[in-house]
Amino acid sequence: MGFEVLLKGQNMARLIEGLGVALRISAISVSVSIFLGIVLGVVMTSKNPVVRFVSAVYLEIVRIMPQMVLLFLVFFGATKALGLRIEAEFASILVFSFWGTAEMADLVRGAVKSIPVIQYESSEALGLSRLQTYVYVILPQVVRRLIPLSINLITRMIKTTSLVMMIGIVEVLKVGQQIIEANRKSSPNAAFAVFATIFVLYFFACWPFSCLSKYLEKKWEN
Amino acid sequence: MDEILKIEQLKKSFDDLSVLDGIDLSVKKGEVVVIVGPSGCGKSTFLRCLNGLEDIQEGRVSLESEVINPVSKSTVNARKKIGMVFQSYDLFPHKTILQNITLAPMKVHKRKKAEAEGEALQLLERVGLVSKKDNYPRQLSGGQKQRVAIVRALMMHPEVLLFDEVTAALDPEMVREVLEVILSLAKEGRTMLIVTHEMAFAKAVADRIIFMDGGKIIEQGTPDDIFEHPKTERLQSFLKTFTYDR
Ligand SMILES: Nc1ncnc2c1ncn2[C@@H]1O[C@H](COP(=O)(O)OP(=O)(O)OP(=O)(O)O)[C@@H](O)[C@H]1O
Ligand SMILES: [Mg+2]
Repeated sequence: MGFEVLLKGQNMARLIEGLGVALRISAISVSVSIFLGIVLGVVMTSKNPVVRFVSAVYLEIVRIMPQMVLLFLVFFGATKALGLRIEAEFASILVFSFWGTAEMADLVRGAVKSIPVIQYESSEALGLSRLQTYVYVILPQVVRRLIPLSINLITRMIKTTSLVMMIGIVEVLKVGQQIIEANRKSSPNAAFAVFATIFVLYFFACWPFSCLSKYLEKKWEN
Repeated sequence: MDEILKIEQLKKSFDDLSVLDGIDLSVKKGEVVVIVGPSGCGKSTFLRCLNGLEDIQEGRVSLESEVINPVSKSTVNARKKIGMVFQSYDLFPHKTILQNITLAPMKVHKRKKAEAEGEALQLLERVGLVSKKDNYPRQLSGGQKQRVAIVRALMMHPEVLLFDEVTAALDPEMVREVLEVILSLAKEGRTMLIVTHEMAFAKAVADRIIFMDGGKIIEQGTPDDIFEHPKTERLQSFLKTFTYDR
């Protein structure tokens, strides 16, 4: 089946190291996205037409553009056209944060908007201050709606980082390809074994998030 | 009896739409005032102006000489003395019944948890819902939720209670359990303003009935005046909408 290639030399370690690169890019992008997304999402709930227009355009651009195009645009566009030297890893973090921030902001905006006005009003009618209303009534409800959705976004971001091999970053998929290439003669079936292993690695990277989301959804069902 | 709530020349409009057109009303301590009128005549808006949820264009609302509306920094304290229960279920869905009831007393009045819970349990007992104290709102029926909402308002020891069609969204068989609670509050001598479409209930609970139409008070009086001897043609035709001839 070709699994023997994984035992050869440092192959398994290299795969895991490759996954590490993908996860590092994801972790940084996800953190940036969550932070900026929350800020932007709250800003997006504003009634100001300029704010709403600008954020709508931003979101549309991010949604329409395939991430790969954005990645090429930033990496090759910036290096070649503008003569800037950007590290491939930095370029990918930039692109994934740009994308993740938009998606996260939209989730936050949606979650805040989904809280009925009566929740604000009945809290105010009970004498709670603005701040108390947010802290004890609104935000806990927003977070409950947000967590499962943002976990979904996080796993999507982790999976999408496999695109970074397209700009020369040696992450898990790229390592896999290299292993297959190097063993083409000795183990012609290596492709199956390598990709199956990568599948399992990604599964274990995303699975905990999935479990956490299910757990929280259950817990907050009431 | 002493006057507790005073409304003078209250005017309210939404943009171009004038909703309340110069309302004067004085409510005495312990009085139960029921407000009736056709849909859209401004009853809900009127109640919302009384606790500052809506700003007003002209006039004044005051509670024992403290101004509530026009809203300003100094009105915050007076507003806490007015409790309100809404038509739609508005309990906090992420909190248990007990937490729903004790949140405001603990955060606004800085009362101790144990002490607030003690009073909460007494009040829940009174409306027959102690066994639900650890449940979440979605596990309760509409009538039970509204009784909890009443308890939640009572926990703030309000001097005036406002009820806006609290049974309108309920199935008929649950209306009574909620209205019984309000009736018992009336017997205790609480000051209340109640908007309702339940005419039999209005008759039973009211000291005074106000008939509103087109943003104005058209007629007011005792239940007997209003239901048995309506003077204006508008009130007569409004009352006809509740009876059927064949
Ligand atoms: N936030 C708002 N913005 C604009 N118009 C409003 C708003 N709230 C209420 N109105 C309008 O004000 C008028 C009075 O509404 P209100 O809800 O006070 O009537 P109501 O007497 O309580 O009616 P109902 O018996 O159906 O509850 C209606 O014409 C309504 O459309
Ligand atoms: Mg109404």
